Amino acid sequence: MIKIENMTKIYGSGEAEVRALDGVSLEITKGEWVAITGPSGSGKSTLMHIIGCLDSPTSGEYWLNGAEVSGMDDTQLASVRNREIGFVFQSFNLLSRVDALQQVMLPLQYQRGDKRLPRNERAKRSREMLELVGLGDRTHHLPTELSGGQQQRVAIARALAQQPSILLADEPTGNLDSKSGAEVMEILHRLHREQGLTVVMVTHDPKVAAQAQRVIHFQDGLIVEPQQQGVA
Amino acid sequence: MDWIESLTTAWNGLNANKMRSGLTMLGVIIGVAAVIALLSIGQGVQESITGSITGAGSNLLFVAPGSFQMGGVEAPSGSAASLTYADAQAIADSRNVPDASIIAPEFTGNTQVIFGSANINTKVTGATPEYLTAFGMEVSRGRFITEGDVSGRGAVVVLGSTAASDLFGGFDPIGQKIKISMPGAAGGRVSLTVVGILSPQGGSRFSDPDNAIIVPITTAQTKIFDGRNAQGESVVTSVNVVVGNEERVDAITSQITTLLLRRHGFKPGEEGDFSVVSQADLLATLTQVTNILVVFLGAIAAISLLVGGIGIMNIMLVSVTERTREIGLRKAMGARKVDILTQFLLEAIILSLAGGAIGIALGVGIALLVNASGVTHAVITSQSVMLAVSFSVAVGLFFGIYPANHAAGLKPIEALRYE
Repeated sequence: MIKIENMTKIYGSGEAEVRALDGVSLEITKGEWVAITGPSGSGKSTLMHIIGCLDSPTSGEYWLNGAEVSGMDDTQLASVRNREIGFVFQSFNLLSRVDALQQVMLPLQYQRGDKRLPRNERAKRSREMLELVGLGDRTHHLPTELSGGQQQRVAIARALAQQPSILLADEPTGNLDSKSGAEVMEILHRLHREQGLTVVMVTHDPKVAAQAQRVIHFQDGLIVEPQQQGVA
Repeated sequence: MDWIESLTTAWNGLNANKMRSGLTMLGVIIGVAAVIALLSIGQGVQESITGSITGAGSNLLFVAPGSFQMGGVEAPSGSAASLTYADAQAIADSRNVPDASIIAPEFTGNTQVIFGSANINTKVTGATPEYLTAFGMEVSRGRFITEGDVSGRGAVVVLGSTAASDLFGGFDPIGQKIKISMPGAAGGRVSLTVVGILSPQGGSRFSDPDNAIIVPITTAQTKIFDGRNAQGESVVTSVNVVVGNEERVDAITSQITTLLLRRHGFKPGEEGDFSVVSQADLLATLTQVTNILVVFLGAIAAISLLVGGIGIMNIMLVSVTERTREIGLRKAMGARKVDILTQFLLEAIILSLAGGAIGIALGVGIALLVNASGVTHAVITSQSVMLAVSFSVAVGLFFGIYPANHAAGLKPIEALRYE
């Protein structure tokens, strides 16, 4: 479902040139749980952002569900982000001063075409999603009234609201204590198991990475040792 | 996103940041209100000043003695004793100035007027019976100065309505005697009997006719002031000429000029020792002055707009970091550039319109308050409202969209990382 070929991402130029991705090729199939690890600056987050269509590569090809993403314009990318991708950030990135229910409804506003949910069903979907992450009783809480773990669960509910085919998580437990982190991981596992969600996750925590079906290790913009593991 | 949804999103955005929304709106409100209030006051002052001139009729001409020069210092016009009573009679002669319908010479001076404990320092006008019709005055009680008063140097006085109430308060002035100080070394007092009260008229001709204290011109020249020149001729301070037909104002001006030049021994074309000024000339001069006032108030209003605009700009730029991250997040959730711009445009429109409406209400309120206070007159014009609103809305829209436009063009990850 994800196919990347010979991708490079270069920041700056001349002396200051940084090759964040230096010719990466990779394939991820539907329903897979993949962890991307590596030291900071190795290019794992850059790859994640490109997969999530938040950033564009300098060169190389990126196919998502059979469509070539690397040639798309801004509007098409917005559509792909909305339909195919749910993104969970390390720092949650919730809107301040907006309650949990509306946070989750946010991506639903931007739906277009036949997947678009009628307005009156969005609150219902949003509530279902919050229940799915165990926050059914926190629908009208503002981010400041929620713990870190709860905020990240709202973010997961939001990422899944428009039923994307892939969930991308960039250090989802990075800002959480171990207990909240474990709760978040538990939710991701459940979603992966029960809904067959494809999960790609960046982490530098070996314990978190070990829970994935496959770990891709990055170093200096290159994949160094693709590893195959059993189901965690 | 459809329109209702965009509106809801914009409204939620504004509602979630009430402080920011309020401060932005405040910029618009201050700008709009200041412009409307100041321009209204400027317009009102201009109208009341020019209105008082035109109210007196544009068919009036004033003949005044020319100012004399002394060591480069120009004394005020009217201070030279060059215009005599005989000049006034010559102007009144229809063989000299055929189109002049009413000729009303006057001799005016400032002095003290006393009744009992009331003591006012004011202008005392010596006039002929023609004065009443020349300025469209009406006698409410008693009578005006008569020919007999003039020829007999009668010890009588006619009071304007305000002057009457200032001196006499509530009770009836007719038949009472007031005292008028003789200015100068002599320092005596002249006692005059009040024979008439004028109807209230309202302001005109710079001075308020309701404050007038009118005596026979001969009384003013001989009993109160010293109305003689070095040659012993009795002089006047002004000759008021009413022109029957307004179109003849220019012709009569030149007739009078020719006549007086000849009488005063000047050659035609020379600059005489007198001046003939029409109401229109005065109006033109005053309009120049009031235009400066309007420009001045306009400049203050422009500064208010600028300050309001800077206020809006500051709020918008201060919140740009937060907003850029919000835009990044919305884009990550699938918002297109057009969705973002629509949201921000609507936010700016809502703020500008709401601020504009409040600003109009406030500006009009201030103008009405100024009117009610009686300090001056304020006239609200549609141009000032349009100017204020269009400028403020433009500023609001520009600074509402400007940061958003930049952020909406960024890649989502760049916007999310913005600091």
